Amino acid sequence: MLYINCPHCGMRSQNEFSYGGDASVKRPELNKEVSDQEWDDFVYNRKSLRGKHLELWQHISGCRQWIKVERDTSTHEIFRTFKADEEVA
Amino acid sequence: MNQAFRIVDGGLVNRDKKLSFKFNGKSYFGYEGDTLASALLANGVHLVGRSFKYHRPRGFFGAGVDEPYAIVQLYRNGETEPNIKATEQELFEGLEAKSVNCWPSVNFDIGAINNFLKIFLPAGFYYKTFMWPKSFWYRIYEPFIRKAAGLGVASTKHDNERYEHKYEYCDLLIAGSGPSGLSSAYAAAKNGARVILAEDKPRFGGSLLTSDVNIGNQSGKDWAEGIIAELKTMPNVVVKNRSQIFGYYDHNMLVMSEKVSDHLPKTKKYHPNKRLWYIRAKEVLISSGSIERPIVFGNNDTPGVMLSSAAKEYLKVYGVLVGKKPLVFTNNDSGYETAIEFKKHGVDPIVLDSRKNPKSEIIDEAKNLGINIKNSYVVVAAQGYKKVKSADIASISDDKKQLGKIESINCDCICVSGFWTPTIHLASQSGNKTKFKEEIDAFVPGQSKQNEITLGAANGVFSLEETLKTSFAAGSKLSKKITKNDKDIAIPNVVEKKSSQHDKFWCVPLPKGKNYKRFLDFQNDVAVSDVEIALREGYRSIEHVKRYTTLGMATDQGKTSNLNGLQLVSEIENKVVPAVGHTTFRPPYTPVSIGAIVGREVGKHSKPTRKSPMHSWHEKNNAVFVDAGVWLRPRYYKMGNETLFEASKREAKNVRTNVGVCDVTTLGKIDVKGPDAAEFLNRVYTNAWLKLPVGKARYGVMLREDGIVMDDGTTTRISENHYHMTTTTAQAANVLSHLEYYLQLVWPDLNVNVVSTTEQWAGAAIAGPKSRDLLKKLFPNFDLSNDGLPFMGYMEADLFGVKARIFRISFSGELAYEVNVESDYGNFMWEKIMEGGEEFNIQPYGTEALSTLRIEMGHVAGSELDGRTIPYDNALEGLVSKKKDFIGKRSLQRSAFISEDRQRIVGVVPLDKKTSIPEGSHLVKDAKAPLPNPKLGHISASCWSVEYDNPFSLAILKNGKNMIGEKLFAMSPLKNKVIPVEIVSSHYVDPKGERVRS
Repeated sequence: MLYINCPHCGMRSQNEFSYGGDASVKRPELNKEVSDQEWDDFVYNRKSLRGKHLELWQHISGCRQWIKVERDTSTHEIFRTFKADEEVA
Repeated sequence: MNQAFRIVDGGLVNRDKKLSFKFNGKSYFGYEGDTLASALLANGVHLVGRSFKYHRPRGFFGAGVDEPYAIVQLYRNGETEPNIKATEQELFEGLEAKSVNCWPSVNFDIGAINNFLKIFLPAGFYYKTFMWPKSFWYRIYEPFIRKAAGLGVASTKHDNERYEHKYEYCDLLIAGSGPSGLSSAYAAAKNGARVILAEDKPRFGGSLLTSDVNIGNQSGKDWAEGIIAELKTMPNVVVKNRSQIFGYYDHNMLVMSEKVSDHLPKTKKYHPNKRLWYIRAKEVLISSGSIERPIVFGNNDTPGVMLSSAAKEYLKVYGVLVGKKPLVFTNNDSGYETAIEFKKHGVDPIVLDSRKNPKSEIIDEAKNLGINIKNSYVVVAAQGYKKVKSADIASISDDKKQLGKIESINCDCICVSGFWTPTIHLASQSGNKTKFKEEIDAFVPGQSKQNEITLGAANGVFSLEETLKTSFAAGSKLSKKITKNDKDIAIPNVVEKKSSQHDKFWCVPLPKGKNYKRFLDFQNDVAVSDVEIALREGYRSIEHVKRYTTLGMATDQGKTSNLNGLQLVSEIENKVVPAVGHTTFRPPYTPVSIGAIVGREVGKHSKPTRKSPMHSWHEKNNAVFVDAGVWLRPRYYKMGNETLFEASKREAKNVRTNVGVCDVTTLGKIDVKGPDAAEFLNRVYTNAWLKLPVGKARYGVMLREDGIVMDDGTTTRISENHYHMTTTTAQAANVLSHLEYYLQLVWPDLNVNVVSTTEQWAGAAIAGPKSRDLLKKLFPNFDLSNDGLPFMGYMEADLFGVKARIFRISFSGELAYEVNVESDYGNFMWEKIMEGGEEFNIQPYGTEALSTLRIEMGHVAGSELDGRTIPYDNALEGLVSKKKDFIGKRSLQRSAFISEDRQRIVGVVPLDKKTSIPEGSHLVKDAKAPLPNPKLGHISASCWSVEYDNPFSLAILKNGKNMIGEKLFAMSPLKNKVIPVEIVSSHYVDPKGERVRS
């Protein structure tokens, strides 16, 4: 079971969180014309990465904040975690 | 029985406490501190079971977790448990056990005919045989395999035992209390680290209980006892026996199963049977020791053939002789230690050593005791069917290929030692890539993957002195890292006998003309010949060989067989063992009872039960409840002998003619607050929200980004910056997460807060033509006229002094109101409603009537908003704004979503106006068309229309818009029904919606 460092609460077990998918996806702005391709990339197309992956988790049984977690998808190693509004360098 | 094989004194059992037990119906005695295995052996019982495939007689092979044979069905306090290892089960007064996998009895087993048919049961037998004809599978093969497979029988009764889960954190978790575990635990504990030390056996000390060594001028056993006694007094240390760490998971999470009550005749009051510990450790020390491996020879599964270390353990720990004419067959010095123990207790062993001329202190001691030693000698085959009677032995050439003349010698047991295999399971589970160590012919852990290190025999270190040195150092170093303390702990001096190099020899060749079965895997009956066949048939990967032959796949997970299997493959393939590689070790290391894994989350505790504040009222008034997610909701209120159908019809009818009240507390409620709340709702819902005035409610539909309807509900503007959103019961949690996602990640610039208020409000829906009359009685000082509180209006009022919210919204399609009060007043509100409603013939209604009312009105709910439909499909396209953007809008342009014949909600009425249509039925054009009959749609919800007194259903139908008036068939193969139907409008009752506005 993963041990995730919630930037708001500290180290917590995985069972307090729910997974939210790829954190690098950016929603197209409202009222902006987007091509089918652009929209499909946003809604459906995801890379199934092996290795370092920036993903979203919500601390659903804790502070309820959405956070970003940099995790290796094959080893489960967690490198860093970020608040929702924190820039990932 | 007389315990004829118990030595006069010695061993660690309590001879003052005699215990009686039964095995296969026969009564025996043993002592407190025995295992079932040691007590049976004390009574000379060697035959305990039949093997899995050939039903060959089987005895005891080991003395602990590695035991492949002695699996019994245990009876304890009126319960039964299968697959218990007799070598692990502690004896208690009144214990009862039976052999498994034999019929009618272990002595006369009909299945043993397989042993004579074994030529027809080669590797891959099942894959090859049960393939054809296909029709035989269900009727013949599958029942046959089911009957033949498996060892014990699971109880079909409810398990009355309790199992608990515990979450724990520590600095150091130490697996195993042998010399390395004790040393590292002691050093770390002295430096203040929080330590958990786990031992799977009842006694601490591991190998120190049986080895002839001296630590700090005490026997190894006494030293271990002293250390444990001191550790137990320390507040920063937890020592646990009967506790197996069986799994090493991600991020240093380990799971341990503690057998709290298995050694007692009955679980003590308030105690669990087992306790599962989830331990998050900063550092892990694996000191799990090693398991002796067998040498492979003919008939090496005969009862009486066992590991030499097991024979020594039975003697030293339990005071039991496994035989009185022992033959020790070894390729290393460990066999001599066993022989010496026999000799010390007046039994003359014969030692066969495959080595030509080994020299060591231990061997010298054996010689000095006058033990008969034969060098360059091997056991070719054991003889005897239900027990070893003699052994065929022979000298062996230096290249280990040629056998000399075969001689027969009498013996009653063969103690075999093929050197030691480090127990690397936990290290391997942690992700550690193991490496092969030539000097010991076995795998050891490689580079640490998580925060784990492996010490002592588990790391392939068999010298006690070195083990203590490295383990004290590791304990100090790791604790220093955590506690910063650096207390010097003196390492005691060690006296042990030096041993000599083992022989790489592991398998005795077959003598000419003999075809003895030489077993590798004792529990799954996999012999050398089976692996040979698999390789001949082209299996190469060790993972495939394993699955094809089932080598190492039994409940012992190949603890005694894996390495010999690898040796065999490497020999035939002419590869070195590391090139063959080993199969992956996965948790659990030993079987864990399902009860322990489930813990207390069984039955009604498997999920929380949420009840509305009015629950006790419903109970008192004969409500029959239904699970709605985790909520319990009244399904109907039973009057007399009414059926569900009759009651729901009565309740729905009463709403249409008088007035009804329904508990709607379970609806999700979310407070949306902040200056940008209107803008946020405008983006979340498909319809427009910017102009909703204070004091008004609006129905809204929200989509996922893929255009599929996520949820619907009404949201009311309570004040300028405060909205009260309702969601469906099922989606409440998802909708909240969804809103939080957009506020926190997508539009953090919006100044809005959301919080769940589901539990803060109790809700009652009051519906029916007389509902306004009732409300006027409940709120006499408020203007409840159609102008004072119009449809979709909102008002704050007080209900006999209690603050209340009144929403004029309707799910039933009747004139209706929803009244909310703070939860604590829920019951008060309900009683007032019932009291005031009496003169209007009020009746409570449950979810079944609620469904009827909404279905015949064509209002959609969860069965239509099923994660596959868009607004158009639900006839909700009128709520989709063309002007503004919102979540999921862009997806609605997808070609399938705008196609001319897009699916759409319709009403369905059976032509005979009598036959109810099962939910889930398919709608087809031609009931007799050949299969697969093209499906045009499906019935999403069915009811008995109380308005028209005939069945009515909703369906999602292809090209539904143009299908009104068509005649189709509803087919339900499950219910074996074909019903001719007519497609009608989904708005079956009051299509203009006049009632809600009246």
